[in-house]
Amino acid sequence: MIIVGEKINTSRKRIAEAVEKRDADAITEVARQQAEAGANYIDVNAGTFLEQETDCLCWLVETVQQSVDLPLCLDSPNPKALAEAIKCHRGEPMINSISLEPYRYQALLPVVTSRPCSVIALCMAETAMPTSIKDRVQAGTQIVARLTKAGISLGKIYVDPLIQPVSVDTRMGKEALGAISEIMNKFPGINTICGLSNVSFGLPCRHLLNRAFLTLGIGHGLSAAILDPTDNRLMATLRAAEVLLDRDEFCGRFIEAYQKGLLAD
Amino acid sequence: MSDLKALADAVINADIDTAVAETRKAIDAKVDVQEILDKGLIIPMDEVGLRFSKGIMFVPQMLRSAKTMQNCMELLMPFFSKGDISFKGKIIIGTVKGDLHDIGKNLVSMMLEGAGFTIEDLGVDVAPETFVTKIKETKADIVAMSALLSTTMPSMRNTIEALKQAGIRDSVKVIIGGAPVTENFAMEIGADAYAPDAGYGVVKAKEILNLS
Repeated sequence: MIIVGEKINTSRKRIAEAVEKRDADAITEVARQQAEAGANYIDVNAGTFLEQETDCLCWLVETVQQSVDLPLCLDSPNPKALAEAIKCHRGEPMINSISLEPYRYQALLPVVTSRPCSVIALCMAETAMPTSIKDRVQAGTQIVARLTKAGISLGKIYVDPLIQPVSVDTRMGKEALGAISEIMNKFPGINTICGLSNVSFGLPCRHLLNRAFLTLGIGHGLSAAILDPTDNRLMATLRAAEVLLDRDEFCGRFIEAYQKGLLAD
Repeated sequence: MSDLKALADAVINADIDTAVAETRKAIDAKVDVQEILDKGLIIPMDEVGLRFSKGIMFVPQMLRSAKTMQNCMELLMPFFSKGDISFKGKIIIGTVKGDLHDIGKNLVSMMLEGAGFTIEDLGVDVAPETFVTKIKETKADIVAMSALLSTTMPSMRNTIEALKQAGIRDSVKVIIGGAPVTENFAMEIGADAYAPDAGYGVVKAKEILNLS
C-alpha cells in the first residue's frame, strides 16, 4: 500500500499559520512525524493562499525535502502552481491531480510530461461528476488512454475514482469500490488511490466510517491512499487488511508496526 | 384548530406516512393552506436546518425531512390558486464557472426550498453572464454561489463584477459558500453573506432579506 501523508495542507489552521510565518520547524516536524509513521509520499497543499499559492507551495516543497528523504505529492487544482512546484522538487513527485476537464488537462499535460513523475488522474468527465461505476470506469479509461499515449506508463498512473458522501446517496460507497475493482482488473499494473474523508461527510463518527471504507477499498484492490499516517487506529486497520489479503509478505509490515508500538487495537 | 404540531413533528422526524396523513387531516378540517405550509412544514424544516448546523441532525435525516415536506407539498399545491402562495423570495443558485461540484449546492438548494424560497438551480459550471441573464429574467432577490476549488473561487469575484457591470448589483443580494470559501473571502469580494453550511444558508438568506 502506498501511503500519501495528507497533513501538510493549509486548510488546517496550524499549517496555514506555519506557512504564513515561513516557520520551517513547524512544517518539518509534521513531515517527519508522517515519514516515521510510514508515509511513502508527503502531500503538500497551499490552495487556501490563492494568489500566493505558487510561492507557498514551492516553499513547502523545499522545506519538506530538506528534512525528509521522501518524494512529495504536489497537490493543487491550479496548473500554474504545479508547474512551478515540480521544478523545485528533487526526485520523482506525484502530481495531484489531472482530469479530463479541458482547461485543466491541457494546462497540466505539458507539466506531467516535462519530467519523470507519477500522476493522480481523477475519474471526472469533462462536464460532470461521476455517479455510477460506469461513469467512473468510462472517465478513468479515457484519461488512462490519453496519459499512456503521452508516454506515462501505467505504473505511474494513480486513478482516483472520486469518493462521494454516502450521506447524500447511499449507493456512493459501492459505486466507488466497484470502480476500483474494475479499473484494477482492466489495467494490470495501474494504481488506484483515494482520500478517505469524503465518504463520511454529513454523518457522525466519521473516523469509524473512514476506517471501514479503507478496509473495503483495500479489499477491492485499492493500492494507495491519501490519509493521516499518524492516526494509529487507521494505520492499524490498514496493516491488518494487508495481512489478510496476502499483501504483506511474512506479515512483515504488520509485525514491524506492532514492535514499534504503532498498532492500536 | 387541527393539530399542526403533529405534522411539524412528523416533518422533523421524517415520518412520511404520518406527515402525509396529518396534512390530509388538516386539509379536510379546512385549515388555511398557507398556515399548514408555514406552521406544519416550513417552521419544522427551519428547525431541521438548525439542528443540522448544530451537529445534532445529519445529512440523511435532513434529506428525508425534505422529502417528507415535498410529499406533503404535493397534497397542498392543488389548493393554492395561482400566485396564491406567499413565498419568501426568489433565489438563483449555481456552482460557479469551471467547477463541477454539486453536492453541497444541492443540499443548500433543498434547504432553501424547504424554508419557503422559490429556487432556480442553474446547475454547475455557471458562467457570470448566465447568472446575470437569469437574475434579470427572474428578478431574483438573492443569488447563491458555490465553489469547491480554490481555483474557481475567483469566478465568484468575477460574477459579482459582472453584476456591477450589468448595473444590477444593488438589486440582488449575494450569498456564497463551499469548502474552501471563508467569511473573509466573502467580505473581500463584496458578497452580502457567507454560509458555512446548508442550515446557515437558510439563516443567512432570511437575514439579508430582513425576514424573521
